[in-house]
Amino acid sequence: MTHAADLPAWAALLTAFLVLVGAGLTLIGAIGTLRFGSFFERVHAPTLGTSWGTGAIALASIVCFSMLGSRPAVHEILIGVFVTITTPVTLMLLARAALYRDRTEGNANVPPQSLLRSSRGNVPQDRSSDDMR
Amino acid sequence: MITDILLWSVFVAQVMLVAAMGCNAYRLIRGPRAQDRVLCLDAMYVGAMLLVLTIGIRTGSQIYFEAALIISVLGFASSVALAKFLMRGEVIE
Repeated sequence: MTHAADLPAWAALLTAFLVLVGAGLTLIGAIGTLRFGSFFERVHAPTLGTSWGTGAIALASIVCFSMLGSRPAVHEILIGVFVTITTPVTLMLLARAALYRDRTEGNANVPPQSLLRSSRGNVPQDRSSDDMR
Repeated sequence: MITDILLWSVFVAQVMLVAAMGCNAYRLIRGPRAQDRVLCLDAMYVGAMLLVLTIGIRTGSQIYFEAALIISVLGFASSVALAKFLMRGEVIE
């Protein structure tokens, strides 16, 4: 940790605060995956880590390396932008897959297909729609 | 003094991230269905990426940024492939 002596005090304190905030939010999201009851509640929990968990730690890295290198180091924004874009894509694909699996197995706690027929998009044609009713 | 604060907060943050990955690993092993496991694998990718970023802050090296970027790209690709597999039964058709 020899480089930390080169940081000014406000940058070191800001980096410490942002790192703690990001890690704490990620931990809260991970505890949420343990405590929620069903998959469709659980799919919300990791987004704490992917929104402000990633954002705060990337900001801390930006502050730290900008002060160390005496010029703005903003390439950590790439990670923030990439995670922000890809997480909704992944989770929506996963939630649709879970909905499809639940409907195919005939679970009663998911909405029936007729409610979502207008917004089906590229969901595969359900081959067993008679089993669910 | 300030250096000690930064050192300890980065250490505490790493412990919290490891605890978060431990929670995700518990759900990954015990999760009742396959979609829970895929969800927690995705969350573990994010946790590993954040852990690599904090190691980069701790050591002051820029190399860890590229490792974190590669981890996030691979995590997105693998999660999308697994979600497609859960929906269709095959990845490439």
